[in-house]
Amino acid sequence: MRCPELAPQCAGAVGAPLLLATAIALATCVPALAQGPTYGLGRTPSAEEIRAADTAVAPDGTGLPPGRGTAKEGAVVYVQKCAACHGPNGTGTALHRGVIPLGNAKPVKLQGSLVPYATTVWDFINRAMPWTKPGSLTADEVYAVTAYVLYLNDIIKESDVLDAASLPKVRMPHRDDFIPAQPAWKPGARRQFGNYPERP
Amino acid sequence: MGSHPRSDSGSPPRTLARWGEGRRRFLTGAGALAGFVMGAIRPVRGQTPAPAAPYEPQGFLAYGQPSKFASHIVRRTTGRPTAITDTALMTPLQDLDGIITPSGLHFLMDHTNGIPDIDPQKHRLMVHGMVDRPLTFTMEELKRFPSVSRIHFLECNANSRPLRGPNRESVQLIHGRTSCSEWTGVLVSVLLNECGVQQKASWIVAEGGESNKYTMSIPLAKGLEDVIVAYAQNGEPIRPHQGYPLRLIVPGSEAIRAVKWLNRIHVVDKPYMAWHESGNNADTRPDGKGMWFRFELGPKSVITRPSGGQRLPGPGFCEITGLAWSGGGMVRRVDVSTDGGRTYQEAELQQPVLRHAHTRFRFPWRWNGEEAVLQSRCTDERGEVQPTIEEAAKILNATIDYFYQADHFNGIQPWRVARDGSVTNALP
Repeated sequence: MRCPELAPQCAGAVGAPLLLATAIALATCVPALAQGPTYGLGRTPSAEEIRAADTAVAPDGTGLPPGRGTAKEGAVVYVQKCAACHGPNGTGTALHRGVIPLGNAKPVKLQGSLVPYATTVWDFINRAMPWTKPGSLTADEVYAVTAYVLYLNDIIKESDVLDAASLPKVRMPHRDDFIPAQPAWKPGARRQFGNYPERP
Repeated sequence: MGSHPRSDSGSPPRTLARWGEGRRRFLTGAGALAGFVMGAIRPVRGQTPAPAAPYEPQGFLAYGQPSKFASHIVRRTTGRPTAITDTALMTPLQDLDGIITPSGLHFLMDHTNGIPDIDPQKHRLMVHGMVDRPLTFTMEELKRFPSVSRIHFLECNANSRPLRGPNRESVQLIHGRTSCSEWTGVLVSVLLNECGVQQKASWIVAEGGESNKYTMSIPLAKGLEDVIVAYAQNGEPIRPHQGYPLRLIVPGSEAIRAVKWLNRIHVVDKPYMAWHESGNNADTRPDGKGMWFRFELGPKSVITRPSGGQRLPGPGFCEITGLAWSGGGMVRRVDVSTDGGRTYQEAELQQPVLRHAHTRFRFPWRWNGEEAVLQSRCTDERGEVQPTIEEAAKILNATIDYFYQADHFNGIQPWRVARDGSVTNALP
């Protein structure tokens, strides 16, 4: 039995009587073995590096930065930075999809489409828009444009203020219409579209 | 060095044969390594010529290309010519054999604004979040880990959507959003073990390094099972359009989860509901419910020869061949029908049959010159069977037209052979 990398707690047992040392080593190294060896490769990133890279936003609002915006403010940004592709009224242009409805529900079109959380809209605008210069919007601008897009889809009011506290609370129209209700995966589980006719 | 061919000796232009001859002599010379170093010295104009550089094969010789008579075997699209984004380029399945898709013919479906040009020296993969030791890896470090090479298909969730109009007479344009490669890299489980995943973690969020940072959530259990951080495709570095220098390969899953240009794995306790995994890739059922996070693709097969748009020269023997695959694992059997599904017979599967890989099937057939409808049916290791379009419609309580706009269609594809030998799509 090989302890792939001597853990600090194993090293502490070195001076003890052999039997005890073996017992401790076994007790402390077994979980490490179960997890497999480590190879000592890679470098620890600084907290600042992680902060800079970690821009994704979760449905509960984890990752949302400070800032605020309303649909009224967002309309101004939209004209400057979004309308060229998404059209003056949000209904799209010849080459680009509109922002009404959001997303791409198909084949059945739905109001607000199948976007489950308002954070999804914020996150996508923040990471991918404007298409030609992603990441160039300030946090306030992202909150404002998100508010404007949600307003255009009749999901919030023009005067509603979106910020890190209020955005995750916005209720998307089809939030409860997903199958399965909670995404999940298990090895070997039957697929949702499953229910395939069994072979005769 | 005396035997090494010299470019300044007035010798005739090198041909392939001459290059081969020179190379053989070079390799049997006094020492290949010494010769290489000497050869790096370049001749200076007006001086006694220094020993010539080793012959550097150019173009076709440096990197082989298909015959000019095979130049029609290319990716094609039904997309708009001006929009690269969200436009699929499809693999010419009808012209390929075996199970491996040549890298240059792998299908493309990009959700990005231009293909990033990433310097591997500068590329990093950060693994962080609910781990004991967040770590950043260089490409060099990733290649030092124990590696795996596995053959897996990637299939776009929009693949096989039935078509109407002229494009429906092409297996490439209907089914060509699937390709199969040998992927080499490090298992995600190895990297996560290096970082020490914490008890409460249940998902990983993968992010790409392109300008708009494509994101996908993948269940941790799947990540630990068989997901690969791949740096090579079919033996060479992954092509830029396929994610150079690093791509996440999620075996059996819809290819939208195979994040290209991978530079971050965030270990978390919930899916992040990124744009391309929720709103943009959820299908609505006829009742308006959204189907999302479907991960594994259904059992599927398609006859690639004979297929739509082809013509049999005349009655007689004609092997039927095609591909089968399943997100559920291994293909267990493929049955072929030549009478539109009234009767089926088992096809031969090319060995080895691999999990989450294209499986080549072959079926001997003698065409008697009468009208025939050819179709194949896949059964996977779970016993799930590829449905006909009518059966699929019944499962979803939908009309057949529904599948002409939906994703994840895995219905049986019939091809009709007319008496004149022409092959057309026999779907409604």
